[in-house]
Amino acid sequence: MQPDHHEIELTVNGTRYRRTVESRLLLSDFLRHELGLAGTHVGCEHGVCGACTILLDGDPVRSCLMLAVQANGHALATVEGLAPASGELHPVQQAMHAHHGLQCGYCTPGILMTMTAYLNEHPSPSEDEVREALSGNLCRCTGYQNIVDAMMDAAARMREEAP
Amino acid sequence: MSTRFFGAPVKRNEDRKLLTGQALFIDDVELPDMLHVAFLRSQVAHARLKQIDVSRARQRPGVVAVYVAEDYGDYWQPGPLLVQPPPIPGSTFNPRTQVPLARDKVRYVGEPLAVVVAESRYLAEDALDDIDVELETLPAVVDIEQALTSSSVPVHDDLGSNVAAHVHQVKGDYRKAAANAQIILKRRFRYEHGISSPIETRGVVAHWNARGQQMTIWDTTQAPVFIRNGLAAMLGLGERQVRVIAPFVGGGFGPKIMMFYPEEVGLPWISMRLNRPVKWIEDRLEHFVATTHERGQIHDAEIALAADGRILGVKDVFLHDTGAYNTYGLTVPINSQCTLLGPYVIPAYDSTFTAVFTNLPIVTPYRGAGRQHGVFVIERLLDLAARELGIDRAEIRRRNLIPPDAFPYNNQIIFQDFAPLSYDSGNYEPVLAKALDAIGYQRFLKEEQPKFREEGRCVGIGVACYVEGTGIGPYEGAKVQVQANGKVNVATGIGTQGQGHFTSFAQIVADQLGVDPSDVDIVTGDTDQFYWGAGTFASRGAVVAGNAVSEASAAVRRKALKLAADAFECAEEDLVLADGKVSIAGIPGKFIRLGELAQRANPMRGAVRPGTEPGLESTQYFGPPSGATANGVHAAIVEIDPLTLELKVLKYVVVHDCGTVINPMILEGQIHGGVAQGIGNAFFEKLAFDDQGQLLNASLADYLLPTALDVPRMELDHTVTPSPLNPLGIKGAGEAGAIPVGAVFAQAIEDALQLTSRKVELLEIPLSPSRLFELTRQEDA
Amino acid sequence: MKPAPFKYVLASSLDHALALKAEHGDEARFLAGGQSLIPAMNFRLARPSVLIDINALTRLSGIDRPEAGQVRVGALTRYRALERDGEFLRSCPLFADALPHIAHPQVRNRGTIGGNLSHADPASELPALAIAMQARMRIRSAAGERTVAASDFFAGLLTTDLASDEMLVDITYPVLAPRSGACFMEIARRRGDFAIAGVAAVVTLDEERRCASVRLALCGVGETPVDAGAAALPMIGSRLTGDAVEAVAAGVRDLIAPSGNVHASPDYQRHVAGVLVQRAIRTAHQRISHAA
Repeated sequence: MQPDHHEIELTVNGTRYRRTVESRLLLSDFLRHELGLAGTHVGCEHGVCGACTILLDGDPVRSCLMLAVQANGHALATVEGLAPASGELHPVQQAMHAHHGLQCGYCTPGILMTMTAYLNEHPSPSEDEVREALSGNLCRCTGYQNIVDAMMDAAARMREEAP
Repeated sequence: MSTRFFGAPVKRNEDRKLLTGQALFIDDVELPDMLHVAFLRSQVAHARLKQIDVSRARQRPGVVAVYVAEDYGDYWQPGPLLVQPPPIPGSTFNPRTQVPLARDKVRYVGEPLAVVVAESRYLAEDALDDIDVELETLPAVVDIEQALTSSSVPVHDDLGSNVAAHVHQVKGDYRKAAANAQIILKRRFRYEHGISSPIETRGVVAHWNARGQQMTIWDTTQAPVFIRNGLAAMLGLGERQVRVIAPFVGGGFGPKIMMFYPEEVGLPWISMRLNRPVKWIEDRLEHFVATTHERGQIHDAEIALAADGRILGVKDVFLHDTGAYNTYGLTVPINSQCTLLGPYVIPAYDSTFTAVFTNLPIVTPYRGAGRQHGVFVIERLLDLAARELGIDRAEIRRRNLIPPDAFPYNNQIIFQDFAPLSYDSGNYEPVLAKALDAIGYQRFLKEEQPKFREEGRCVGIGVACYVEGTGIGPYEGAKVQVQANGKVNVATGIGTQGQGHFTSFAQIVADQLGVDPSDVDIVTGDTDQFYWGAGTFASRGAVVAGNAVSEASAAVRRKALKLAADAFECAEEDLVLADGKVSIAGIPGKFIRLGELAQRANPMRGAVRPGTEPGLESTQYFGPPSGATANGVHAAIVEIDPLTLELKVLKYVVVHDCGTVINPMILEGQIHGGVAQGIGNAFFEKLAFDDQGQLLNASLADYLLPTALDVPRMELDHTVTPSPLNPLGIKGAGEAGAIPVGAVFAQAIEDALQLTSRKVELLEIPLSPSRLFELTRQEDA
Repeated sequence: MKPAPFKYVLASSLDHALALKAEHGDEARFLAGGQSLIPAMNFRLARPSVLIDINALTRLSGIDRPEAGQVRVGALTRYRALERDGEFLRSCPLFADALPHIAHPQVRNRGTIGGNLSHADPASELPALAIAMQARMRIRSAAGERTVAASDFFAGLLTTDLASDEMLVDITYPVLAPRSGACFMEIARRRGDFAIAGVAAVVTLDEERRCASVRLALCGVGETPVDAGAAALPMIGSRLTGDAVEAVAAGVRDLIAPSGNVHASPDYQRHVAGVLVQRAIRTAHQRISHAA
């Protein structure tokens, strides 16, 4: 079969990109290897681990379960867009640092993307709700406890910052 | 010297990079003209390889090369034996190490047969379909008991049997002990472990620079120096020509140590051959068979006790599944054998194991590394004994603990580090007492549990003790160097996979040199930055490398004070090293910055005096005589739905003693993560093979890593008994969380469901609701 | 784990999509949420030569009420849209119970109801809901349109009544009747995993609070979702009692033939199916009492 290519145009973290992609290129590979946004990690490529979670038009999705061509015309957000380079970290990032919510850090970008979206929508979650929201992101290092604590703290930080 | 940072919960230096997506992981390495590699893996567990035809694959557009074993020529060699067997008299050890590509025979599903190099991974995977393989299928050796029968085919034809090793170790006289016993209890235990399954799989990037005659290898290894030395020898290069970089690694837990995996061996050769950089990233499907496992043991164990519950002796005969090759020597079964002795006085011990070759993926250490198998056996034996003798479960443990005045306590048998199994220090009873107090043991049994039972709720408690041999040699080193900008650079040879080395080592340096930990840059895992070392495994990074960092920074401190004393023409005793500068006590305005001292230590004119060396730096090594023994107690309260047998952990307590603590925040994180993996092992994770050696659940949808809903909140506490074996008094803690969880779960579930009165014993791990249903229903029927 | 090559076409209209499907038949697959299809393609278990992306067909998405007592859900409606629609959840409360069991939020943001039902995974929740609620599926092809009952839609393991040129375009559910209660429960090893067993129950009482109808459907215990309504027939016309519910559970255990998997033996599946049947019927019944 001849490679099937398509031109796509999309924004990632507010930057507009125009590329030609093969139809089968996974969105996760496109972000990492075509756009150089390697902060989005790949852990399973079958939609279970959550490491590749990004925001598609504001909602968390698995970037390994989308084709790059499907992102045509959409606005994406990745971990690189959470905090400006050398600027102040996003409250969720700050809380993860303060509570030792990461060890190897590989699952962390996916968790940050899942939870920033979740906390925007649910500003005062209970611990059980946070655990439920986190349950689609596997972490093999932390046992989740410090991540849960970080998210409760992040929620409080975000409530304070909210206008 | 102050200890402002050592012992404090200093926030991690490495976090910012990781939180912003800027850390370099293996798949982030991008090089011009890089090619991508995919491996064709055997779909059959045991077969003779009759023919393999790669000609169609070579024709496919985008494919640059396809290699089979013959193409490797003289480079094709079985991999090195990574760990020699300890010198235990009378032992049998039959080393059979894995091969870079299967040549005559395949021995497990997933063993690589061919390698495709293409312009993209997508194209490389396409070409795997083009390869025609002709196999003559042989019976698969899957069951370790059947593997030893005369009717079993051998996994390694030349060996004639499937015995990989046979080891017998003895302490005291078990027969005499048994003769004096009030009771002897004997049971069969099965303990399956799983796969470490870090969220980042493995990967290798190799780049041969022909003009510079330099090989650079990025590798998700926990032991870059070993890999450099080994690959340099294999490739016919000098060690100085090979640089191995272990970048940020997304979790290791053992199987990333230093396996000389077929992919690790293949890629550098391919890069030299094609003169282009090549990358291979393991996908999750490959990971389940291509990365090493830790798996099953079957123990036939008996315990002899006096009427008061004192252990007189233990006898254990066990089988250990080592998989298709035994590349990692005897580390895992020796750990099981040694760790079974636990924190208890066991005067007589007679332990024999047989390691067995099977047609299953290779078994090497994974967090705990066989220790949990041994802990499960002794802890379950004590539970049975407590019941038989009418002694409380916690009390029988307390009565058998090694008393604090008995250290160093020599258990007489040989440990995995070749040294006698000697516990350096410990004070066990307070640890047990704290754990019982924290879980509310007495209150639970006397007040809460009866109430739960009245309400029809099945709630039970479990308590288990363990020791962990940690911090073994041979050695690690560190180079501490003050730079002209005043920042301190530290290089060490170990790799890092999330343990917080960038922070804990910085804390050690910060106190010695009077700087902030954030001004200390740590480099790990780059063989060009630090030449010698062993690696990150066996809970040894903080112990062995930590002490080397301490020694080196102390030496730099001495140098700095000496240089400043010369500059100020004063006595060293009058100087204060703090806030990145050396000042004269009482004269705050009179100081010299560390960066300036570093410049003076490397003068452009004048002479470096004889007996001194340039640079404000020092390289020091540390090697402990033997491992430091940490210990701890886990306790849990669990509830089981009596109808569905689903489990909920209501409370989980860990009290442990790992000697002096560098960073309690990082330590707690290690424990949390260990317990989570222990819970996975105890109740969720099982590698399900069929009788043909096919893994039935090779996906994260079916191999069940615990989620945030499955791991409970943990309450931690600790005591401190410093190790006398290293100046900092540290013991390792990386594996402690994972080791006793199976024993705790089995005990607590038995208690919750009152299985004792139903004559059901839980003698196996992992458990699951379905398995509990089978076990309880058999008895009820 | 990269997909094999294929030709990608973004369908510009339903007719376009159906024409492409008619042209390529089984070689082509519709790409909706992709949450089952793309993993299968990444494993190279699915190798369609043409992918017809229907995500731009916004008219296939959404919830409306074609007539009183009915809710129609477009096939391209994402789980997340259902979760966020309070009125829909009140009308069809089985969804309120079941949706949180479907994978995780990231998957529910993409996955669609039509994709789920067309994939027909017997361990998935929504096929069982369709059976329990007696949904009707509207199916289109380039040649025409037809409607089938959920009970006729699921033909076998991962197999439906859909012909190779057809697409499921919407599903019509009756809203919960008066004096009715509904409950969905399932057991999985972890939240979000496919069910070891799941039960959807809808209990409707008559004015004397006797059971007028009991709808029961199970997931995870057979090659298709299982309609277990027959096992509940003895309850009809009588008040709900513990004995009666136990008898229904026993009937369900006899009715199903789970095959077991790496997580559960067939016996355990059969056992917990019975436990869930009792719990789901009781909860559904309680919910009527609470509502009344």
